[in-house]
Amino acid sequence: MRLGPKSTTLLVLAALIALTPVFFPSSFYYRVGSLIFINGLAVTGMVILIGYAGQISLGHAGFAGIGAYSCALMPVHWGVPVLLAAVLGALISAALAWLVGRPILRLKGYYLAVATLGFGILVYMVLMNEAWLTGGPDGTAVPDSGLRDMAKAIGINLKNSEFWYWFCGIVLTIGAWLALNLHDSPTGRALRALHGSEIAARTVGVDVAKYKLQAFVISAVYASVAGSLVALQNQFVTPDIAGYMHSIEWVTMTVLGGAGSVLGAIFGAGILTLLPQVLTRFAEYEQLLLGLIMMLVMIFMRDGLLPQVLRLIRGKDQ
Amino acid sequence: MSALLSVEGLGITFGGLRAVHDVGFKVQPGEILSVIGPNGAGKTTLFNMISGIYRPGTGRIVLDGEDVTAMRPDLLARRGMSRTFQNLQIFQNMTVLENAIAGYHLTESGSLLADLFSLPASRGRARAAKDGAMELLARVGLERAAETEAGNLSYGKLKRLEIARALALKPKLLLLDEPAAGCNAVETEEIDRMIAEVARSGVAILLVEHDMKMVMRISNHIVVLDHGEKIAEGDPATVSRNPDVIAAYLGTETEALHA
Repeated sequence: MRLGPKSTTLLVLAALIALTPVFFPSSFYYRVGSLIFINGLAVTGMVILIGYAGQISLGHAGFAGIGAYSCALMPVHWGVPVLLAAVLGALISAALAWLVGRPILRLKGYYLAVATLGFGILVYMVLMNEAWLTGGPDGTAVPDSGLRDMAKAIGINLKNSEFWYWFCGIVLTIGAWLALNLHDSPTGRALRALHGSEIAARTVGVDVAKYKLQAFVISAVYASVAGSLVALQNQFVTPDIAGYMHSIEWVTMTVLGGAGSVLGAIFGAGILTLLPQVLTRFAEYEQLLLGLIMMLVMIFMRDGLLPQVLRLIRGKDQ
Repeated sequence: MSALLSVEGLGITFGGLRAVHDVGFKVQPGEILSVIGPNGAGKTTLFNMISGIYRPGTGRIVLDGEDVTAMRPDLLARRGMSRTFQNLQIFQNMTVLENAIAGYHLTESGSLLADLFSLPASRGRARAAKDGAMELLARVGLERAAETEAGNLSYGKLKRLEIARALALKPKLLLLDEPAAGCNAVETEEIDRMIAEVARSGVAILLVEHDMKMVMRISNHIVVLDHGEKIAEGDPATVSRNPDVIAAYLGTETEALHA
């Protein structure tokens, strides 16, 4: 039986998640792995927004902040179980994305970029300044989710870093599956159509404002869940999670890896999460090299790293 | 007999320039009405007002008994209006087949959650749209190019793809903006045949076209614009004898008018 591109992508992703630990020299790498998966999840949401719908956001870390702080604050203040708090956080992010998205998605290009950037900074400022609630710049503790104990109860006894590696890996795979489903669905087609030509999309009956908003809301939920995962794993959050550098990182990962494909963007998340670890040996030149690599990729591989690498491999086959 | 489309006193100005002024006409189901006129006469502007892309400054557009003046294009699509563009509006980022399927947006779209989880309902709707799109591609002779990236097609094929996408909406009114522009004689004849066939099925067609032979051959009715105003209208024979029309086209296309 021939596998479709969707099944192939999912299999490749699952195989990478399952097999990479074989090469881990120490358990530290499980932590790097889960960080890649969390970034990968947020970036999968960005693929829906940037790659499918052709819109931009420089403020999605704001939704990650909401997802993270929901896990921290709701259990303490309202006695909500931590996992339910993550779900509620995603719902709040969705609602907020809907409210914010309605006016700002009318904007295009850099206007939209600046408006979303403003939104992200707003969330960051609230988390920083409302110290009575959020703990301010020092951050706040997140209660134990009890997930690892649940796993223990069914006989899966893992070290903390290992547990979160697998848990985040599974969440990422589900996230990728949903995004791939969406790509070939009527909604995905409408999103890609309005990306290709807004005017033509309108004339075939696509309610452009509605579909842009849907993409924005879905990607906000991905970012929110990613933020919740960070909070659950670290059992601690600081406002940095909502910082605009995070938002920009996610856009960079998406574009660098290949905004059009889920696997490409996750690949970009992997590279940009790993590179700083590798480049630390160059000490003060780390940021310089990182910037240089990004510029070179964008100049010479405009479709992103993964599509370009695949093309090279296919080219050699012939 | 009530017209499918009735345009009354339509006008628009761009920065003081009267692009279209007081233009009116009616189109019956199954009729092919062509709008002709020299370059810059306001033909495409007229199309853009009828299809909801520009908001008219004056006048009224009535589609099937409903006032649809300045209505959003996606809502006009729901009411049975469909169009193609002078400079092609193809979804370059999609395959030929997906471009055609996009034309089925109104029948294939449903709930977002069904799409996210790829539920049978969502897949069923998508499959029906795909089957319809394949049939349409076969009808315009593009079935072999179905899996090609749309951006890689020749100009003539893209023109046909755009018509296929417009037909996917099963429109009551089809606006074609220079469907034969840039096409060779064989392709033009094919498009010609296709338009006539669509009209025979009861669709009202509004056509802007520079190829006068084609216009004279297939139109039931012709409206002539010059400097944004209607200077003549009637059947092809009447219009081609009209001295104002000949003056407007002086030296450029007069021979073509009499062809």
